[in-house]
Amino acid sequence: MSSLKRQSHQLSDSLIQLEVLQAPRSTGTRFPLFTDKLRETGLYPLRPAGIDIMQINVGKMCNQTCRHCHVDAGPDRREIMTQETMQQCLDALDRSDAEGIPISTLDLTGGAPEMNPHFRWFVEELSRRGKHIIVRCNLTIILANPKYHDLPEFFRKHKVEVVSSLPHFSARRTDAQRGEGVFEKSIKALQMLNEQGYGKENEELPLHLVYNPAGAFLPGSQSSLEKEFKQKLKKSYDINFNQLYVITNLPISRFLDYLQQSGNYDAYMEKLVNAFNPAAAAGVMCRNTLSVGWDGQLYDCDFNQMLDLLTDSNAPQHIKNFNIRSLNDREIILNQHCYGCTAGAGSSCGGATT
Amino acid sequence: MEKSYYQAEDLGKFGNIAEFQPELAKKFFDYYGEVFKEGELSEREKALIALAVSHTVQCPYCIDAYTTGSLEKGATEGQMMEAIHVAAAIRGGASLVHGVQMMNKVKDISR
Repeated sequence: MSSLKRQSHQLSDSLIQLEVLQAPRSTGTRFPLFTDKLRETGLYPLRPAGIDIMQINVGKMCNQTCRHCHVDAGPDRREIMTQETMQQCLDALDRSDAEGIPISTLDLTGGAPEMNPHFRWFVEELSRRGKHIIVRCNLTIILANPKYHDLPEFFRKHKVEVVSSLPHFSARRTDAQRGEGVFEKSIKALQMLNEQGYGKENEELPLHLVYNPAGAFLPGSQSSLEKEFKQKLKKSYDINFNQLYVITNLPISRFLDYLQQSGNYDAYMEKLVNAFNPAAAAGVMCRNTLSVGWDGQLYDCDFNQMLDLLTDSNAPQHIKNFNIRSLNDREIILNQHCYGCTAGAGSSCGGATT
Repeated sequence: MEKSYYQAEDLGKFGNIAEFQPELAKKFFDYYGEVFKEGELSEREKALIALAVSHTVQCPYCIDAYTTGSLEKGATEGQMMEAIHVAAAIRGGASLVHGVQMMNKVKDISR
């Protein structure tokens, strides 16, 4: 499977994705605007509660091509953050530290972030600054090439929090979403992380898994699913992990393509709109997170990044112009895909928000 | 729209039954909501029971709702099909066990 971009698929154009999101239902009626829903709850215009997390997308290159990937990542993507842009991120962090408004957590994502040639240097620099580091590791990268086999050890050395997707404890469901053989490799990688002390009682070595539904339905309760995952993975594979983050699929990129191809788009949007939860809206991740693209551009979240929706033009839009005060005061850019983060128990890169 | 006794979108209008009798509808939906909360049975187990019963009562709305519900609660395709086999086994067994009644009657009225 190649990326939408490689296929020159029309949905690889973010403007076309936004057109789809704003179009009426097939019956001609329109979905209520997300901004109107927020207005009803008194949250519009949405502003940050204070940036605690800088989520940095260090590139779209990945060893996997998952069917629901909102990044449209894959082996054929070449967008990779340069060391110069990473240095600009470090400079930005140093400036906000100096101003007494530090950003405590760095959340590294991709693609497979480990495939960036400067990944280890960047982690070491962040670690030296005493930052809490999260790496969104797809697990299979650890086994993809001998040069990655020592990643669990490297993560342990820098007390990296590892967050990994595992859509289901059944091989069939996981492989259907992430590719043939991914489940077996993921299990092996989780065992390697466990061997390093990850996922156990040691609070310094957390290992969290991410569940997202393998189709056009919403996720169930995070606590119930976590219980199921823990029982099954322990019993079948002797695997331990700390928390299960339950994430709703947002209707963008490859998942949007799936919704359209399968004729589920209207019904799925309807579900998201009907499940709008004001409490989840108050806790959306864009209120405490800033997203940095591979080229240093700034966004309110990773989803906005993939839709090319830059931060508000009154605030900095590139990491080299980073200004924590101005960004903390910005207006968050919203669109119809935002319903994905406010449905039911809410959804974020850290799972449910209520 | 093709005319049919069942329309898929009617499932979304289930709540409208309150229009003709609000008090009883409220009692029913409150009860319904409580029944499906996690208790001694997990939400997934309850969804699978509902899926099996849906096939027994042969309600297309319920089958739609609890296929989705079972997936949402993390059930596998295998678990869902096994649940339906449980329903089928009970239905088949319920017919067959009456074979004993038939045999009793045969013995009663024949030599």
